[in-house]
Amino acid sequence: MSDATTPIRFRSATEERPLTRWLLVGLGAVGMSVLVFAPLIAVFAEALRDGWFAAVASLGNRDAQSAIKLTLLIAAIAVPLNAAFGIAAAWFITKFDFRGKAFLITLIDLPFSVSPVVAGLCIVLMFGTNSLVGGWLVANGYPIVFALPGIVLATMFVTFPFVARELIPVMIEQGRAEEEAALTLGASGWRTFWTVTLPNIRWALLYGVLLCNARAMGEFGAVAVVSGKIRGQTATMPITIEMLYNEYLSVAAFSMAAVLTVLALVTLLLKTALELRHADQLAATHRH
Amino acid sequence: MHIEIDEISKQFGVTAALHPVSLAIPSGALVALLGPSGSGKTTLLRILGGLEFPTAGRVLFAGQDATGLTVQERRAGFVFQSYALFRHMTVFENIAYGLNARPRATRPPKAEIARRVTKLLELIQLPDIGARYPSQLSGGQRQRVALARALAIEPRMLLLDEPFGALDAKVRKELRQGLRDIHDTTGLTTVFVTHDQEEAMELADMVVVMSMGRIEQIGKPADIRARPATDFVRTFISA
Repeated sequence: MSDATTPIRFRSATEERPLTRWLLVGLGAVGMSVLVFAPLIAVFAEALRDGWFAAVASLGNRDAQSAIKLTLLIAAIAVPLNAAFGIAAAWFITKFDFRGKAFLITLIDLPFSVSPVVAGLCIVLMFGTNSLVGGWLVANGYPIVFALPGIVLATMFVTFPFVARELIPVMIEQGRAEEEAALTLGASGWRTFWTVTLPNIRWALLYGVLLCNARAMGEFGAVAVVSGKIRGQTATMPITIEMLYNEYLSVAAFSMAAVLTVLALVTLLLKTALELRHADQLAATHRH
Repeated sequence: MHIEIDEISKQFGVTAALHPVSLAIPSGALVALLGPSGSGKTTLLRILGGLEFPTAGRVLFAGQDATGLTVQERRAGFVFQSYALFRHMTVFENIAYGLNARPRATRPPKAEIARRVTKLLELIQLPDIGARYPSQLSGGQRQRVALARALAIEPRMLLLDEPFGALDAKVRKELRQGLRDIHDTTGLTTVFVTHDQEEAMELADMVVVMSMGRIEQIGKPADIRARPATDFVRTFISA
């Protein structure tokens, strides 16, 4: 009767054996370390190779300052615009029925499938000095290519899908009933949007905006083509990093890279902090 | 308020959701639009509420042509099938929504809104749930909150799309009486959509049986039971 004394352990249907579990967790940890953490640490280690002073000094010169300012300015212009366009596109696609909807969704995804370099070339072709529009604009003192507008356009093109992509599935899942309810209660379309639609999508919107921001600050290919890489004028942070690296100024290159990484990490931390702070609300509003 | 539906038809692309249908709803009646899915009953309800516009025909409210009125101008208290409560607002804010949405000139002061919401919560016999979120309510409670929210705008009529569809049998029976009571106290002309013939027969003063976008029969529950006008009605009500 020794069986009666040993308690029987049941394993839940979705639980794996310990060995399998540890193997999978370990595999994940190794993958994360090699692909994510190690490069991250390497960037900071390389930046600080000659000490704090050298790293900070390399960021202090005029060109570095200009690159940081330019990148922040571009993100400050491109991200709000793309957020607005993304909301408009997602709203239009999910709340209305019309012909060619599938085509429009494909079009929104286009920047994901087109190489950024090609996108940059398209902008040069359209707005360059040799083009009809570009020639006229340059003649009137509004150059697009090799100037801020071109870089903003290129960045917006590349980051366009992020907000809309986040919003469309959420808005499809939520349906139109709440908006219709607001309308029957006498709210105008505008009021319905601000009081019902927007609060319902705010987390997806925030996530989309953060992704969009991270990518806008980090975009290289398209910007490289349209900016002309003019030091101190049109060179963004990623462009400057590449130029410094090519000149074997590795402390300067990695210091700038570290700043770019910190900017990205700050956005992620911001998102996590917001999620933690509003966890109860998130849980309450996520589903009926 | 007396509602008249005059030769209303509705096309969705090439399919006809409603063939020309006509119907007069006397003021203060409790009417069921009864039919299987695809019979056009919800489309008709949404046309009354201004959420859908007819391809042809007219809607008259109290003798006045209301066909061109926007959804906001209709002032119809609409209860949606899955209630469509605003998930990011508390029950109190949900019920107050319609009053807060009014233009400044006709918007009641804050204290008055609070008083009315409290009164409506009492009417639906849930006085203590104002601070909760919809996700924290049971199905039956949600339905009653949706009803209170619709009543808050002092509607000219009450329109309900499958108001009992998402509830289990026991709650359904209780809430039927709840709707009847609210109808009797407010005296509002009430139209509800259902596919459940027992529900329609038990609750409504007048039943409109629909099939394939046509009205098959209009009458008192007892008359429809006693004298079904078509084969469809006979088989549908015996189901």
